[in-house]
Amino acid sequence: MTNHWVDIKNANLVLIMGGNAAEAHPCGFKWVTEAKAHKGAKLIVVDPRFNRSAAMADYYAPIRTGTDIAFLGGVIHYLLSHDKINHEYVKAYTNASYLVDSAYGFEDGLFTGYEPAKRAYDKSTWSYVKGPDGYVEVDETMTDPRCVMNLMKAHYARYTPEVVSNICGTPQDQFLHVCEMIAETSAPTQTMTIMYALGWTQHTVGTQMIRTAAMVQLLLGNIGMAGGGLNALRGHSNIQGLTDLGLLSNLLPGYMTLPMEKETDFQKYLDVRALKPLRPGQLSYWQNYPKFHVSLMKAWYGDAATKDNNYAYDYLPKLDKIYDILQVFELMHQGKMNGYFCQGFNPLASFPNKAKIGGALAKLKYLVVIDPLATETSEFWQNFGPYNDVDPTKIQTEVFRLPSTCFAEENGSLVNSSRWLQWHYQGADPPGDAKADPEIVAGLFLKLRELYRKEGGAYPDPIVNLTWNYAIPAAPHSEELAKEYNGRALADLTDPVDPTKVVLKAGQQLDSFAQLKDDGSTACGCWIFSGAWTEKGNMMARRDTADPSGLGETLGWAFAWPANRRILYNRASCNPAGKPWDPRRDIIHWNGSKWVGFDVPDFKPDSAPDQDMGPFIMQPEGVARFFTLDKIIDGPFPEHYEPFETPIGTNPLHPKVISNPAARVFKDDLEAFGTAKDFPYAATTYRLTEHFHFWTKHAMINAILQPEQFVEIGEELAKEKGLKAGDQVMVRSNRGFLKAVAVVTKRIKPLTVNGKTVHTVGVPIHWGFKGVAKNGYITNTLTPYVGDANVQTPEFKSFLVDIEKA
Amino acid sequence: MASQSLDITRRSATTTQPPNIRGDVPQVAKLIDISKCIGCKACQAACMEWNDYRDKVGTCNGTYNNPPDLDADQWTVMRFTEYEPEAGKLEWLIRKDGCMHCADPGCLKACPAPGAIVQYGNGIVDFHEEHCIGCGYCITGCPFNIPRLSKKDGKAYKCTLCSDRVAVGLEPACIKACPTGALVFGTKDDMTHHAEGRITDLKSRGYAQAALYDPPGVGGTHVMYVLPHGDKPEIYEGLPKDPHISAWVSVWKGVTKPILGLGLGVIALGGFIHYVTKGPNEADDEDAKEDEHEGR
Repeated sequence: MTNHWVDIKNANLVLIMGGNAAEAHPCGFKWVTEAKAHKGAKLIVVDPRFNRSAAMADYYAPIRTGTDIAFLGGVIHYLLSHDKINHEYVKAYTNASYLVDSAYGFEDGLFTGYEPAKRAYDKSTWSYVKGPDGYVEVDETMTDPRCVMNLMKAHYARYTPEVVSNICGTPQDQFLHVCEMIAETSAPTQTMTIMYALGWTQHTVGTQMIRTAAMVQLLLGNIGMAGGGLNALRGHSNIQGLTDLGLLSNLLPGYMTLPMEKETDFQKYLDVRALKPLRPGQLSYWQNYPKFHVSLMKAWYGDAATKDNNYAYDYLPKLDKIYDILQVFELMHQGKMNGYFCQGFNPLASFPNKAKIGGALAKLKYLVVIDPLATETSEFWQNFGPYNDVDPTKIQTEVFRLPSTCFAEENGSLVNSSRWLQWHYQGADPPGDAKADPEIVAGLFLKLRELYRKEGGAYPDPIVNLTWNYAIPAAPHSEELAKEYNGRALADLTDPVDPTKVVLKAGQQLDSFAQLKDDGSTACGCWIFSGAWTEKGNMMARRDTADPSGLGETLGWAFAWPANRRILYNRASCNPAGKPWDPRRDIIHWNGSKWVGFDVPDFKPDSAPDQDMGPFIMQPEGVARFFTLDKIIDGPFPEHYEPFETPIGTNPLHPKVISNPAARVFKDDLEAFGTAKDFPYAATTYRLTEHFHFWTKHAMINAILQPEQFVEIGEELAKEKGLKAGDQVMVRSNRGFLKAVAVVTKRIKPLTVNGKTVHTVGVPIHWGFKGVAKNGYITNTLTPYVGDANVQTPEFKSFLVDIEKA
Repeated sequence: MASQSLDITRRSATTTQPPNIRGDVPQVAKLIDISKCIGCKACQAACMEWNDYRDKVGTCNGTYNNPPDLDADQWTVMRFTEYEPEAGKLEWLIRKDGCMHCADPGCLKACPAPGAIVQYGNGIVDFHEEHCIGCGYCITGCPFNIPRLSKKDGKAYKCTLCSDRVAVGLEPACIKACPTGALVFGTKDDMTHHAEGRITDLKSRGYAQAALYDPPGVGGTHVMYVLPHGDKPEIYEGLPKDPHISAWVSVWKGVTKPILGLGLGVIALGGFIHYVTKGPNEADDEDAKEDEHEGR
């Protein structure tokens, strides 16, 4: 979230799209009801289904799954053509006035530089025009046809209400009503918050869907504002912490990145990441990358990381490609991977095309499952009748199941969607032989280190030199790990203004990442978490609800990364002169000598407004980007592409380029896609309030409240197919089938798309063959094995099925 | 469950004077704001947890209503209705159903078992199952079709409004669990006032008939609803428009009470004869053994 849960109460308008907060985030949804009850806020829900959130909405509009870019692109077109934007904000805080390379273009669904054989772009033309001083050229009048604003206008001119309605199936009047409501928040004293979740991420164009929404918010001037922002509702209670700590295959903690295999030169590795300002006077905060990186390596390797060995740069693995989970299971399926550690993860249930996942696991020599529950993955080799129809005699994978604790059985912190690290305490002893995850991993590590010490090997250094200074090496405590993430001084740190004054003595905990050094005198396991456990103690355990502004900026409650800041980009809540756009939303302001307020300024504290520093300090331009240069691989402007399984078989905008041309597709998976001829219905998967993923089917109360697998279809489709509520139905995709009870509802309506009637079939995810709920089929039997072009999140939300009475 | 710290003001099939040394106790109420309820069933889960009952894992009947109905092991359920107020408009109405805790409780009036149903000074209507004879008359007496007989012990069960929690100054478990503020609890006056604010808000959003549901036919209730369509309570899965205690209960009380008394006497006599001729039954024996065991 750019903002945070409590801040939703400050919104005048809430748009829930690409998510279903009432269903999947009921506790957070309370802040929507607060905004409605106390601020008179309106709620809009745009979704293929009239869902639990829609039940609470002031206005609901249907949309075909997978077409959100068309819808939001249409909103951009509406705002620009009706002049409903915050002009001053757009001019000062975005790259609207920046000039773009004259070679850049977009035609017939493709941006310049497309290489069909590679399914990738040469992005060199997606760049700014630079002047002789090395800075980007701008046209503040925005009259130059090559400025971002005019390119954006031209790009979205195609997204008229007729086109939007034709693609999305949203009736034009309903689409326009949503546009009108959104447009009202272009006033500086009105804000809209957008709440989205996996309904946007789980598409082959997921990243771009989110970007389109961000562009809408930037045009309206809603980023940085209390009650505004673009707010991702994370799908697991600690999935925010997972990404923060760099658990994705190409990340290091704090959103630093692992080197690619060509990056053998340490200085070059740093230089391309320590981005120099693209405009005069900009902070470009990533210039501090070397401080974050060196401090990380000091935390990991201590005295073994020295200036002379480039702080152990050679210890880091260098990637030939990104090993996202689709890539990993593809390799496993090809028989190129023979062992797999699966910790807190149930891929057989959670990943697309169950047949492929099960087949891949069957090719392993060994599988280690670390989990509190007996997951489907750990029993993928067992026959559970129709739910897992495999022959155990043909599967030779050796499976080790290591029972771990669940969150309530350990101390620790969870990072919520608000970026708050909230400390929690153990509530119960773990059952049986269950061990905390750090203890299990420590046991494995110590054994491996012993083997490397004894037997050597090709390159034992990264293992044998790893810092492991825990009180009980075989069982590191959460508290020790938390302190390590926060970081500490390795030598006395002095005041930058007065070097005679020692600010921190060697060994003391850092106050914040502002104290990090690139000379090896600080260690920090995750720079964005710095400040969470200082010399004052555990900041994550704070529980002060004091809210002096009344806007929910409770700085004494837990710790928010970065730097306990609650609303990101909050400099943009003020106009260029440093005054809040809306005096009722005064979270920070310029007091004549510095930035002060109820939040921690996301800005250089003493940079006066007349110094023209931009509010988006992580960008080298200092402003937000409508045009993203080469940062996103499938285009500098979001464009509507159909899901890989499209019910209309074409893309009305450009029939020759139907689906995302830059999405990676493996050969076998391409063949496993179905077409509308055989599978005429648009399907989408989702969660239900009563369950949490594949966990709570193991819990009796949840099983009582939602006991048995079902699918949802509209009354019209039911009539066509002769189905009624309660019937057993079979749902088939080109990858497999499931059988479930039919819920027949008025809440799913057929949509008219490109002259064709499109029905939607809703398939909740929660069932499987382990637990106390009634056994069911794994929903991901149906889903396609293809991911978002940028981050490879699978396209769980849009695919094709057929349905019939079972 | 009996709660000793709450004054009992009315007791089924009893004519003795209730205790009254504390004077007037504030009347409590639970307010269910339908316009804020997302149907998450956290209240159902909390009710199971606090009151320590578990229904069976059932089946899906083709709707979101799970479990589908109230039961001795399910004291509150969500009832989902798809309602089209006009062509092309849809509302998904979600009503938490359970005991309404009537000021004039039909169940208590109908109950022939002394002390099986009580009403506390704060308005909560509670079943004391140890006195329940399982006749099911409370079900006939209830205008809302709430109590259910248990298949395990033959006794009637329903929501207690967590009288045990309220007695020690806590809110009912469902209130504590509700994530959106759809459920609130306090004095009846405060809840009525809170409802007024909600109704004003709903009227400003186009629900011209938004109203508080506190039906006078049963003397008002200690569980009240904020209904966006206050003029049509029946669209909320059959919430009665003007509930009254069945005329049969009045007839029962007015005319047949002496006959009932006689009937009860006959039952008691029958039981006595059973005891002296056959001795204590097996179940009692086992209970006694268990008690002994626990004592050790």
